[in-house]
Amino acid sequence: MSDSVDPMNPTEPLGQLPKPATAIPSMAQVSKERKTAASTVLQKIRTSHPRASRIPDSVFAVIILLSAISVFAIVVLVAWELIDKSRLSLHQFGIGFFYGHDWDPVAGSFGAMPFIYGTLVSSFLALLMAVPLSIGVAVYVTEMCPQRLRAIISFLVELLAAIPSVIYGLWGIFVLAPLLREYVEPFLARTLGWTGLFTGPMYGLGMLAAGIIMAIMVVPVIASITREVMTAVPQNQREAVLALGATRWEMIRMGVLRNARIGIVGGVILGLGRALGETMAVTMVIGNRPEIAKSLFAPGYTMASVIANEFTEATGDLYLSALVEIGLALFIVTLIVNALARLLVWSITGGTARVRA
Amino acid sequence: MGVGIEVRGLNAWYGKNQSLNSIDMTVAANHVTAVIGPSGCGKSTYVRCLNRMHETIPEARAEGSVKVGEMDVYGSGSDPVEVRRRIGMVFQKPNPFPTMSIYDNVAAGLKLNGFRNRKQMDELVERSLKLAALWEEVKDSLHKKSGASLSGGQQQRLCIARALAVEPEVLLMDEPASALDPISTSKIEELIFQLKQHYTVVIVTHNMQQAARVAEFTGFFLMGSLIEYDKTEKIFTTPADKRTEDYITGRFG
Repeated sequence: MSDSVDPMNPTEPLGQLPKPATAIPSMAQVSKERKTAASTVLQKIRTSHPRASRIPDSVFAVIILLSAISVFAIVVLVAWELIDKSRLSLHQFGIGFFYGHDWDPVAGSFGAMPFIYGTLVSSFLALLMAVPLSIGVAVYVTEMCPQRLRAIISFLVELLAAIPSVIYGLWGIFVLAPLLREYVEPFLARTLGWTGLFTGPMYGLGMLAAGIIMAIMVVPVIASITREVMTAVPQNQREAVLALGATRWEMIRMGVLRNARIGIVGGVILGLGRALGETMAVTMVIGNRPEIAKSLFAPGYTMASVIANEFTEATGDLYLSALVEIGLALFIVTLIVNALARLLVWSITGGTARVRA
Repeated sequence: MGVGIEVRGLNAWYGKNQSLNSIDMTVAANHVTAVIGPSGCGKSTYVRCLNRMHETIPEARAEGSVKVGEMDVYGSGSDPVEVRRRIGMVFQKPNPFPTMSIYDNVAAGLKLNGFRNRKQMDELVERSLKLAALWEEVKDSLHKKSGASLSGGQQQRLCIARALAVEPEVLLMDEPASALDPISTSKIEELIFQLKQHYTVVIVTHNMQQAARVAEFTGFFLMGSLIEYDKTEKIFTTPADKRTEDYITGRFG
């Protein structure tokens, strides 16, 4: 096609096209080279990889299957062990154990309700504070902050996750509790006392303190996952919203958060998982009294805390068995909460497709 | 109704790299103007400067004078949000909102601008989808299907409908058909031809036949400069500049 009309353009030729500068190797040359190259590769394959030294797919399949089954096996084993060890208490109190309000080891009367209540309320309280905070952190880090600050903030947030929970507990006792007692709780009682949630004696330690401590502990979990999913939202989604005449906030809401919501819910579920099972820090600040009180100032007790606190001093088979049954209750509550969260994800997705990168 | 565009002395940078050198261009209202040139010549940057999308990239900035109708795009009191609302844009890769239904995709811009009247919204969505030649294909699944469930060509027309719903005065298209198959491409081209009755269209393309087919005016960019800008026919038959001639005859690029 040296001097013919360029087929890409239906115009008259505008002059002679220059001859190609570099010599193109002839076909014979190319095929000859390829043949020698191919034969060396073939030789290499034949000599260095005898069939026998490879792991057959069937073996691989069995190994993978075993690791998948082991997860089921562990769950079943844990559940069975919990049921087996709490047989005595299950026999004595039946299903009433789960909604019994009484926890009196001396009288030999056990009910799990105050602990279930304490676990659920403190975890819910923690999420209530942690979710907006985490999303705020993630939005700032991915959408607004200068590149240099980004790494520092991300590092600090992840550092929060690395602090042992007993340190959080100490901090709760020595810093948070006095702060709550002196300033926050009187203020809440004055302004929001009418709701009934902020009344009664102000100890500092109590349900509110537990909620705050756990909120701080789950922020890194939710924030880092939210940041990951927001970063994964394709840039063209942001541009699409901006080009329609959106402000920055509208762009974040419509182009980023909306596309990332499934991942954010996933992060919240993981955070909730951490809050439900959190033991040490909560035990140190929640006040450890098995009561159901409406006021968040009042002390409470969680399932994890009562097991940790009383296991060593549990005298008598029934007491021990009741504690194991608390463990069973925690196991069931965690399962139910996770199942509900999964349902929530399904209802949000509602058949719409996930973001394609 | 479309309005004309007056560009004077437009410069653009990515960090320290200057990607546009003092561009002057007058785009006629209610016509299709094509911008052609080899990869990296600044043609995409150029149209992104027209609605201030360029500056959304970190470290990117632009200077100069751009007047769209009465609006001074880079004037001191100019609000980029308002500029982008009045100048619609369609991107190279179809980017519908995957979590929204077809209807919500088209209505997204209306909702952003505080539109609430349901009945009027229904009418505007229908009108936009008809303008984008997509109505017949999606009218039965407006609320049932998500924007991402459509084919590539349909997605691009959905994006055009989304841009048209807010009734812009100018429509910018950044290689709107380069990710599509030939049939979808010809549908989009036909659509562009129809759209000029209502809008001023500026289209970036690396496909020269496409420019020849849809545009009345064509500008040739090379290394951040506007080399030649004239009637399409003139550019493709008797270009004034040697470099334009070399490019359209396929000697480089």
